[in-house]
Amino acid sequence: MSITLLTIQVLNGLQLGLLLFLVAAGLTLVFGVMDFINLAHGVQYMVGAYLAAALIAYTGSFALGLVLALVGALAIGLAMEGLIFRHLYARSHLDQVLATFGLILVLNETVKMIWGAAPISVAVPEALQGAVAMGEGVLYPVYRFAIILAALAVAGLLWLLIEKTRIGMLVRAGASNAPIVSALGVDINRLFMIVFAFGAMLAGFAGAMAAPILSVEPGMGDSVLILAFVVIVIGGIGSIRGAFAAALIVGLLDTLGRSYSVDLLRLFLPPAAARGVAGGLSSAFIYILMAVVLFFRPEGLMPARGRT
Amino acid sequence: MSAEATGAGAAPPAPRRALALDGVSPLVLLALFGLFPLVAIATGQTYWLSLVNRIVIMAIAALSLDLILGVGGLVSFGHAAFVGIGAYTAGIMVDGGRGDLLLVLPVALALAAAFGAFTGAASLRTKGVAFIMITLAFGQMAFFFSQALYAYGGDDGLTLFERSTVAGFPVLENKVAFFYVSLGFLAAAYTLVRAIVGSRFGRALQGARDNPVRVASFGFDVFRIRLAAYVMSGMLASVAGVLLANQAEFVSPAYMAWQRSGELIFMIIIGGLGSLWGAVLGAAAFLLLEEALSGFSEHWKLAFGVLIVLFVLFTRGGLADLLRRLTSRGGARG
Repeated sequence: MSITLLTIQVLNGLQLGLLLFLVAAGLTLVFGVMDFINLAHGVQYMVGAYLAAALIAYTGSFALGLVLALVGALAIGLAMEGLIFRHLYARSHLDQVLATFGLILVLNETVKMIWGAAPISVAVPEALQGAVAMGEGVLYPVYRFAIILAALAVAGLLWLLIEKTRIGMLVRAGASNAPIVSALGVDINRLFMIVFAFGAMLAGFAGAMAAPILSVEPGMGDSVLILAFVVIVIGGIGSIRGAFAAALIVGLLDTLGRSYSVDLLRLFLPPAAARGVAGGLSSAFIYILMAVVLFFRPEGLMPARGRT
Repeated sequence: MSAEATGAGAAPPAPRRALALDGVSPLVLLALFGLFPLVAIATGQTYWLSLVNRIVIMAIAALSLDLILGVGGLVSFGHAAFVGIGAYTAGIMVDGGRGDLLLVLPVALALAAAFGAFTGAASLRTKGVAFIMITLAFGQMAFFFSQALYAYGGDDGLTLFERSTVAGFPVLENKVAFFYVSLGFLAAAYTLVRAIVGSRFGRALQGARDNPVRVASFGFDVFRIRLAAYVMSGMLASVAGVLLANQAEFVSPAYMAWQRSGELIFMIIIGGLGSLWGAVLGAAAFLLLEEALSGFSEHWKLAFGVLIVLFVLFTRGGLADLLRRLTSRGGARG
């Protein structure tokens, strides 16, 4: 594999990792602050993608559609929190897993009823079309660079919000010890609602940004959800820094593992068989990583401070 | 985040075998299953026979999960992997012309035991949410490994052109005979799990769910007890897999998808955690509901999801508990 191809694979890995981070950030906060396992977080990503697809087509403007999609994702997040999740915070993890599993079915099917089961595609906005030459006639799409930059910008904003503001301080405190925060007179339910809605919006943003490069289809959130769980478990539950590092590791491992294992298997398998086997094996890499991390550091690579 | 907060420790109150009918219900249930083929043949509804057969098979899988999740309090989110191991063993051995049940079963049991021993030894060192996630990770590994079985259909799965023979006889080709073979396995599985739960070992397992430290202080090795339960549970699930592959005459990675593990959990929760016959009831309720709703509309999953959410929000302790509360009127407990 040449340097150019390696660069492209690294960029693809970064882009996947950053999108994963946007999904995982909300998930890890919800998990860390509220001790709540939200399997339905992946459908927020899907909802974001669908809203973006519909609203961009409706308004005819990518930017306007994206903003409206974010508002929509936020509204749906608030609605779900108020109607269902609020009643589950005090329940066992098993109940939470089950109820949010049910919500996945509901939202996947609702989306299928509204938009149909066939994938829909979203056009890349005009300003971001085209590609950058990476030398030797290899091109890399501008839009993918835009995703990387946008996700980095959001990650930076998130860092400022969490580290430098009062609400961020409460969130960090909540991730370390929610009962104490509550005992100190903070309205913990309001904090939960804010964290939840914000996380839903981040996932929706990731889905909306990914819409032009992926096919938007029912169930698209399920695989992302599982990846996001892998990320937050590797990074340490409740830890934004951990989620960021783990998301990049997972994104790079998945992308590079895939392309290298095809090359490696080609040495002793016919090409079609090599692709088939590599697809399965390389998908297993990140789960192997997760199992290893959990085995040696059950609390993750960078656990939130004060958590045991 | 302690084990208690995650496992069944935080779930409904501990002794869940208070139902007076406890000794009778499983027999009634088995008898009902046993009579079913006669009714089905008499009324010519052979389609229902294969549905009820699937219920019986999934009941074995649910029962096996109930042993570790309900009784042991270990929330395993990768149980479908064991079902898949059994199914793939059957599929691959039938494909290779060595599909006799007497050959397939020992191989499936051995593979499931090996997988269970390895993944269990790693998973059981963690607790709480980490345990849920690591079992999920192992389940996903098995899922993707089956996708990589390129010679056996990879992603598309493998069709069985014949069913397993039993000692050389094509018993399973006959629907009714297959049904009774499955039912025999369910009865045996139920008896076995019941005996395990009633034994000294089972009581230690149950005790460790509620208070592992106390059980350890009695001189039990909690880790080894849990590992043994985990391995046994996986082996039992692989039997369900062997039967399932033969019944569907098809195997694919979808058998091991994490959603299947979620459905198994749902089955035993509908039935009531740890109340073994509730697992059988839960499997029946789940598959019948799925069947009824999917006959209604192509968007049946919507209604199904709503029911799951409502079920969690408004009932605790599953069908077994609901029955108990209905039979002892006004006995609003918990």
